[in-house]
Amino acid sequence: MSISETTKIAIPEPREISTVPRFSDRVFRVVVSLGGISSLVILGAIAFFLGIRGFDVLSNTGIKFITQYEWYSAINTDGTAGEQASTFGIGAMLVGTIITALIAVAIGVPIAVASALYLNFYAPTAVRGFLVSVIDLMAAFPSILFGLWGFNVLMPGGEYWAKLLHKYLSFVPLFDVSAPVFSRSPFIAGVVLAIMTIPIITSVSREVFSQTPLDRIQAAYALGATKWSMIRAVVLPFGSSGIVGGAMLGLGRAMGETVAVFTVLNIVFQANFQILLGAGGNVASLIILKFGEASGEEINALMAAGLILFLLTLLVNTVADLIVNRSGRKGR
Amino acid sequence: MSETVKPSSLASIAATKSARTPGSAPLGTGLEARNLHAWFGKNHVLSDISLDFVAGTVTALIGPSGCGKSTFIRTLNRMHEFIPTAAMAGQVLLDGKDIYAAGVDVTKIRLRVGMVFQKPNPFPSMTIGENVLSGLKLAQLKRSNKEDLMEECLVRAGLWNEVKDRLNAQGGSLSGGQQQRLCIARSLAVKPDVLLMDEPCSALDPGSTLRIEETIRELSKTMTIIIVTHNMQQAARISDYTAFFLADGHAGVMVEVGPTSEIFARPKDQRTENYVTGRFG
Ligand SMILES: Nc1ncnc2c1ncn2[C@@H]1O[C@H](COP(=O)(O)OP(=O)(O)OP(=O)(O)O)[C@@H](O)[C@H]1O
Ligand SMILES: [Mg+2]
Repeated sequence: MSISETTKIAIPEPREISTVPRFSDRVFRVVVSLGGISSLVILGAIAFFLGIRGFDVLSNTGIKFITQYEWYSAINTDGTAGEQASTFGIGAMLVGTIITALIAVAIGVPIAVASALYLNFYAPTAVRGFLVSVIDLMAAFPSILFGLWGFNVLMPGGEYWAKLLHKYLSFVPLFDVSAPVFSRSPFIAGVVLAIMTIPIITSVSREVFSQTPLDRIQAAYALGATKWSMIRAVVLPFGSSGIVGGAMLGLGRAMGETVAVFTVLNIVFQANFQILLGAGGNVASLIILKFGEASGEEINALMAAGLILFLLTLLVNTVADLIVNRSGRKGR
Repeated sequence: MSETVKPSSLASIAATKSARTPGSAPLGTGLEARNLHAWFGKNHVLSDISLDFVAGTVTALIGPSGCGKSTFIRTLNRMHEFIPTAAMAGQVLLDGKDIYAAGVDVTKIRLRVGMVFQKPNPFPSMTIGENVLSGLKLAQLKRSNKEDLMEECLVRAGLWNEVKDRLNAQGGSLSGGQQQRLCIARSLAVKPDVLLMDEPCSALDPGSTLRIEETIRELSKTMTIIIVTHNMQQAARISDYTAFFLADGHAGVMVEVGPTSEIFARPKDQRTENYVTGRFG
């Protein structure tokens, strides 16, 4: 056969490839698909419900809903109308949400990463399993316990630290206070949130660290690395995406935390950037504060606040995903 | 062994090299294992190995799979102890000093006795250049002329010409053979006296294998090299001495050691002859 002959062969269309799954496979497929879709449906239903209920308030108030600091319901608890018109603004609470969550992550991540490294690389095998289960238990602790403990135990000690920070760092606006009230501050709330988020960040980072390829660890040791220099050159680059992921989970938990913040913080409708000053709040604690005695329009406003919190969480997670995808893969 | 190789042909390969006699090598540091035993848990895998590596020579370790070759070379730079159940007895002498003696800084030992692994394992988060110099960072060593050192190591590893224009590319962007030579360059940067290589070519194509063999011959002028290989021709081509290990259902022992040409042409032990002629394993 010559070359010219072979070129005459008509090139066919690509065939359609089909498979007929077995019955059992189809059943299983339906079951797992339902499972997978259900979480989406539930999430969508929550967002939809919040959106419907909050729509009026959001469209009446507009952008002021997230920029203004006042929260005042014109309807009194006994149902009579108040003298002023209602104003609903969650600006102060949004600021508080972000500040307390950032404090939590700033304190929690270094501690969590250190404990994950300790558990993976330094802890004696005998105590490792025990410590891991203690940390997992901590992750499942009810948050009211953290709140009570934070209020009764942490706050007295925390005040001392807050005063110390203020004494030496008050030239930084963040650590200045306009009145000497150091209890029930965003700082204390942030510390409580940090303690609550440490277990989750620890277990996510630990999981990723433990997957560091052994051949890379050995390569580092064979080059005369100490344990710490090996960790810096091999484990941390490999685990960076896990740290970011864990931090984002922690941030999400801290932003949504209700009871612990409600217990510790002195909820005030003022944007408070002085983290040591005893005033603040977050969106979730606003909802629990007002929900019990709210009626009509105010309930809808609380739903709208919930929707904003939901969107904020979504935004944080999306950004985190982007960061993980762009930087995290490098060390892999 | 899948193929049957005539011992005479291996011997002739071995004989083409300029023969070196023990003690004639001018450079490098000798390493010596004395009555070495190794265990994994209760499993006794190496028994009473005594082997003297002459400074400035290449020694090939051959033997069937599972006879303890990797375990043996890992005891030589104290990588053995990373396996939790691992234990050892006996001595390993570097410059006449026991590297297992109490108070020895193990990181210093590993700087002097470098290692190249079977699977190329560059650090993927680092560039090619950073990979070469990674040992300095890891061992917290100070060097002033880092650029020169990087070039020197890449030249000695036979990789310079291929990567000199992309030193800032990621280490993982190289081919397998190039990655392995990068790992060799990385080991050279900390100036070891001894280089341990555990089947460094087993994952590579014949071309890359040849390049690495050239590199090994070149390096052996200035350092002591101990290489594990399953490739008889490779052992014949590059080594001055060959040691044959065998496990045979018990702990691995060293059956025979001698100049490579002797081992392939006139092995003293019947088991060695069976192995090198492919009638075994
Ligand atoms: N991490 C380990 N834990 C327990 N036993 C091990 C371990 N590594 C090796 N062994 C055992 O030690 C013995 C020697 O293994 P080693 O890896 O040294 O053999 P080898 O000669 O290098 O083999 P190969 O040529 O296949 O690489 C084997 O019996 C093996 O099962
Ligand atoms: Mg091996």
